[in-house]
Amino acid sequence: MNEQQPPGARYRLWPPHPRALAGLGATGLVLAGVAGAFAYTGGFLSPGKLTQSRFIDRFQALNGVHPGFRRNHAKGVCVTGSFASNGAGTRLSRAAVFAPGSVPVIGRFAVGIGKPFMPDNETEVRSLALSFRPAGGEEWRTGINDIPAFPVRTPEAFYELMGASAADPATGKPDPARMQAFLAAHPESAHALGLIRARPFSTGFANASYNSLDAFRFVNAGGISTPVRWTLAAVDPYVAQTPAPDAPRDPNYLFDALIARMQQAPLQYRLVVTIGRPGDPTNDATQPWPADRERVEVGTLTLDHVEAEGPGNCRDINYDPLVLPDGIAPSDDPLLSARSAAYSVSFTRRAGEEKTPSQVQVPETQTPSAQAPVTPSDTGKGS
Amino acid sequence: MTAQRFPAFSRLLHWLMAAMILAMLFIGIGMVASLADYHWLLSIHRPLGVAILVLVAVRLVNRQINPPPPLPADMPAHLRIAAHASHGLLYALMFAVPLVGWAMLSAARYPIVLYGAWQLPPILPQNDMFYAWLRSAHTVLALALFAVFLAHLAAALTHAFVFRDGVFQSMASVRRAKA
Repeated sequence: MNEQQPPGARYRLWPPHPRALAGLGATGLVLAGVAGAFAYTGGFLSPGKLTQSRFIDRFQALNGVHPGFRRNHAKGVCVTGSFASNGAGTRLSRAAVFAPGSVPVIGRFAVGIGKPFMPDNETEVRSLALSFRPAGGEEWRTGINDIPAFPVRTPEAFYELMGASAADPATGKPDPARMQAFLAAHPESAHALGLIRARPFSTGFANASYNSLDAFRFVNAGGISTPVRWTLAAVDPYVAQTPAPDAPRDPNYLFDALIARMQQAPLQYRLVVTIGRPGDPTNDATQPWPADRERVEVGTLTLDHVEAEGPGNCRDINYDPLVLPDGIAPSDDPLLSARSAAYSVSFTRRAGEEKTPSQVQVPETQTPSAQAPVTPSDTGKGS
Repeated sequence: MTAQRFPAFSRLLHWLMAAMILAMLFIGIGMVASLADYHWLLSIHRPLGVAILVLVAVRLVNRQINPPPPLPADMPAHLRIAAHASHGLLYALMFAVPLVGWAMLSAARYPIVLYGAWQLPPILPQNDMFYAWLRSAHTVLALALFAVFLAHLAAALTHAFVFRDGVFQSMASVRRAKA
């Protein structure tokens, strides 16, 4: 075969030589294998797989697409302030935010639904998202809710719950039978929803307390890892909202009350860390830990400025719960990676979309006599 | 026979980066499709991307110091052009994909955590529209890198199995190159 050939003859593929054809065939097989493995890894060969895009698609199917807004917790307002650490957290975590001192915080209050124009009285869960920014560039972001337990244990269950909550095209309302079937298949969700309903929501954002629900791990300077959950506990006294308001009053009454409250005096919350004991579930956000677990108050959050969502403020932050500093680590809670993934898709979609002003606007100048309406129970707050 | 080989350091860089880039492409396409594996894959993706960016710079310098062996004298012009163009494209993408990734995280104002408290500074100011554009560019460029990688693999195997001109052996040989 290798006798004298004219120069370049080995590069000629025509007429085809059996050996060349075999070589091309082998090359093709290797390429098909690599490309196929790539397509499989990217989920292109498994249309039923629950991907992060399909997860956010379901939020959009449930709430509609509202360009420029978060796909969940869409209606919100920006706040800023600072966190004063008392140093008590350093025995649990080496994160800079827990060293004694003060760090700036950029936050966002929101209601837990993907409809940015929903009247406040049709919403239930309130949330607070926070970004702690100690010097040095590390950051701690957390998104917390004023409920005692999360309704689902896994992202798959969340996806099913959204499906069960969707309006039936025939009636325009959710099908109770589908919700029954979901709860029968997920007793942990039925239990968590019972806990959520057992305690009335507070009258507003200011006197609500917000829970991490997911477990995390604090890692201290000695490398000791401790399972934790955290709460931002309102200094304003809790007042139950009973019964839930249903009259069509100010559609933004929750936010307007918050703005009015903040224009009187800064808001304060105590950051309380609950320490899990061995055996306490860290992978199940539907289960609160027993009430007798050790709690450590590690500092106070003060929020003293409120502004409408706009370019470069809280609007453009993805409050991904896995943006964590050294010293705070994820637990084995399956919701954490899923939240991180789904938030990323929501953020990427809305970042590229045209923005519409939020329903929640903060009056430019506010005189003490011209405040937004304050709900009666809010007047009982501390100064 | 003209059995010239790449210098040993060049071959080491090539195969190290081949493994890293192939792993990176699979990590990238896998993590954006996954809920459960997203976080741990992302925590590998960022430092691995930075390592690739550093190594491609080392490699470009090394290429000037230790030039590659010449292509076979009888290789036709169109194949030479394809070889040089695809290598140029591979280098461009090996720089572009990690740099766009870094820029996109900067525009989104994500902390760019490598490991523990180690992080990179931002290289762009915060801008959500920049982020959206760069995020798409990162995907498009990464898919282009995968396509050029496939073409490179196809060419390498064709040199090995069909042309049998020593080009594949010039990189695939594990023996020390003859001076």
